[in-house]
Amino acid sequence: MDSGDGFPLSVTTDHPAVSMVGIDKHFPEVAANQGVNFSARWGEVHALLGENGAGKSTLMSILAGLYKPDAGQIAIDGQLVELHSPGDAIQHGIGMVYQHYKLVPSQTVAENLLLGLKDSPFRLDKRRVASDIRTLSERYHLRVDPERPIWQLSVGEQQRVEILKALQRGARILILDEPTAVLTPQESDELMSTIRQIASEGRTVIFISHKLEEVRGVADRVTVLRGGKVVGAGLDMAGMSTRDLARLMIGSEVATEVRPSRHSSHDVALRLDGVSAIDDRDLPALRSINLELTAGEILGVAGVAGNGQRELAQVVAGLRRPTAGRLELAGKDVTGAGARHMALAGVAHIPEDRLGEGLVGNLPLQDNALLKSYYKAPIASGPFLRLAAALEFTRGLIQRFGIAGATPRSTTRLLSGGQLQRFVLAREMASNPRAVVAVHPTRGLDVAAAAAVHNWLLSSRDDGCAILLISEDLDEVLQLSDRVAVMYEGQIVAVLKSGEADRERIGLMMVGSSSSKVPSPAAVGEG
Amino acid sequence: MRAPLITLERRTDLSLGRRAGILALAVVAGLLFGALLIWLTGYDPVKAYTAIFGGSFGGGYALSQMLAASIPLATIALGTAVAFRVRIWNIGGEGQFYMGAFAATGVELAGAAGRWPGLLLIPAMIASGFVMGALWAAFPGWLRAYFGVNEIITTLMLNYVAILWVNYLVYGPWKDPAGHNFPFSPRFPGSATFPRLWEGQLHAGLFVPILAAIVFVFVLSRTQWGYELRVIGENPTAAHYAGINIRRNIMLAMLVSGGMAGIAGMVQVSGVVHVLSGQISTNYGYTAIIVAWLGQLHPMAILVVSMLFGALVNGGFAVSQVGIPQALGFLLQGIILFFVLGMGDLLSRYRVVVGRREPLVASTPPEAAPSMTA
Repeated sequence: MDSGDGFPLSVTTDHPAVSMVGIDKHFPEVAANQGVNFSARWGEVHALLGENGAGKSTLMSILAGLYKPDAGQIAIDGQLVELHSPGDAIQHGIGMVYQHYKLVPSQTVAENLLLGLKDSPFRLDKRRVASDIRTLSERYHLRVDPERPIWQLSVGEQQRVEILKALQRGARILILDEPTAVLTPQESDELMSTIRQIASEGRTVIFISHKLEEVRGVADRVTVLRGGKVVGAGLDMAGMSTRDLARLMIGSEVATEVRPSRHSSHDVALRLDGVSAIDDRDLPALRSINLELTAGEILGVAGVAGNGQRELAQVVAGLRRPTAGRLELAGKDVTGAGARHMALAGVAHIPEDRLGEGLVGNLPLQDNALLKSYYKAPIASGPFLRLAAALEFTRGLIQRFGIAGATPRSTTRLLSGGQLQRFVLAREMASNPRAVVAVHPTRGLDVAAAAAVHNWLLSSRDDGCAILLISEDLDEVLQLSDRVAVMYEGQIVAVLKSGEADRERIGLMMVGSSSSKVPSPAAVGEG
Repeated sequence: MRAPLITLERRTDLSLGRRAGILALAVVAGLLFGALLIWLTGYDPVKAYTAIFGGSFGGGYALSQMLAASIPLATIALGTAVAFRVRIWNIGGEGQFYMGAFAATGVELAGAAGRWPGLLLIPAMIASGFVMGALWAAFPGWLRAYFGVNEIITTLMLNYVAILWVNYLVYGPWKDPAGHNFPFSPRFPGSATFPRLWEGQLHAGLFVPILAAIVFVFVLSRTQWGYELRVIGENPTAAHYAGINIRRNIMLAMLVSGGMAGIAGMVQVSGVVHVLSGQISTNYGYTAIIVAWLGQLHPMAILVVSMLFGALVNGGFAVSQVGIPQALGFLLQGIILFFVLGMGDLLSRYRVVVGRREPLVASTPPEAAPSMTA
């Protein structure tokens, strides 16, 4: 299929454009892809759907030559290929637009595209690049000014430059990683029509997303990943309901019976009143959150990862300043208080990344035990540390939470994930907190360790602790929570009592479907 | 996918014995390579090495010179280690050293005029050295903590300012009128100098780094501040999570770091040189960075490494006395450093694997059958 202007497509065949078989990829502690099979045809838009952490980006980074798979094979247009580097992938006509753009900010659009020219290594053919940009941007409606430096461009424009770069390098297979995450609705619509046009020429577009609605609008087929495995391969978009897709993406195992709280008091432990915050990229992450936690309840936050849960946890733990709103702990205003202040006021925090954030891997357990108490009696004494008290405290934690085989001198990072999580729990619980923020508390743990964590959460709830449970595992949320708040795009779209929390309904809300199109907590019903 | 015959694998853990073994191996390899170079230039490597070791370890005078040379290195390196522990790259030890020497000389000039006794003058000089060095480091520390200005650039640039300032003084207002126009300050009186110990240049300033190392060990293991230093050094994210005030720690670390370099400058003028000049340091501030790094920021290891470097400095001078150009001596220092830093570091982080490992790809046919498993 030659379009006659210097961007020919080699004749497309009946072979699948991409065929990946038995792909395995392990990172330390995570199996990102396990036996993944993936196949896409020429001329289609193929959506790769799944929650954050489902392994979508890993799979496509393997196809783009960025990662080497631990096992598995890749064929492009029926030919077995070995991709040792992104350069190899480009040779085979694979182009990927990553979530974080790979452009040189101080250079112009044209200069950035010069990098992609491989046939004239010593001559900088600016005229050719300028004409390439004109041709391509006209054909695909990708408007950019070739002479503007990258740093002056909006995020949407930079994305267009990335797509142009891939096309100019002769991409027959174009991978877009969550392309709409940073776009305005108008920009998204334009992108969708560009994508359709690229595919109509016989190229393949692989579209990574966790947003069901936009996938519906643009994709021909969809492959769904969950927990690193394929749960739906090459499904025809036309035959799938949003409900089916949501179920595939989020899982459909039956939740076990909820054990109601034994604690009877209904004092408000934690209140968020119109709290907003921005994320690390300065984009709005929380939009006017209203939430109340009473003593002795577990409030589970359900949501597809990346909808503001992380920022919510950080705000409550004092690690992120709200940009608006008010945070109250047991009736006292603690808006903008730092992490130390929140800890002293009685907020414990079980962080998402236990070894990266909650612990210091290279230091012994005893030092890790002190992380939240080295500045308080009995450990602190003036500017000094009382080592005897520290030792006793550490031994107590290890004993009470049954961390087998560990001593205060054990190097922390050598412990198993389950032991580490117990230890973090033990430390956070030691201060008798009023409220606990638990983020993915059982991620990566085996069944026994996860059950221990669950029991601990339930029993501290019964003791009157208010627990904000954030988890990607909907079953865990349903199983433990007294109430469930559903988060979508930085807002709480509904708060349901555990009895009414029907997983199908929650699943639809989590992916921003129909009922939550116009977010209005009141309309969705607060039980 | 093909695997090359020799590959480097990342090591995850390394015992202390292994670490020492690798260090020794690197030193030996550096010495052998150095011997080759000496032989190629037509000199006798055995004679050269005998001179070097004799110059640093052969007898009381040699040992004393070696220890004297290690005093400024150890003192600055201990301070540098405090900054490095909070991941602040203070490259300004050299400038802070000069500013410490400058302040101490200022106090000495005032004290000598007023005939202060040594018991008052020396402590006043030490204190002024510390304060001046600390101030010199506090400015880049403040810029870094509150405005994110790169401290590597600012501390490095301030080195030139400090050295030129001292040069201005000794060429101008502080030049010794009786000094035959040499750019030196007047010679320090006995009340402003450390007493000599043993033979050669070794002086009572030896106790400064030893005392500082003991205090450092105590602070690290027994105080809240030391605990914070350890946590920040190993995992800044966890430090943030624990609510540790990182800005305050940056400021504090820079004050102590600069202060130690300032004291080192005071000790050098008061213990060895006895005048202020633009040549009181032979790059001690820069060499101390390597000493701190090789000592892995541990106070006691820093003391040992600084003696090793004292020996290298002395050895460089010693070779010239047996007819071998002094440049070859310095060349040897460079080679050994290169091997220790380059090879030692590489080997302690990677393991060399010879031979093939199993292939990465299983032998399944390349077809992907669409299936739905949910």
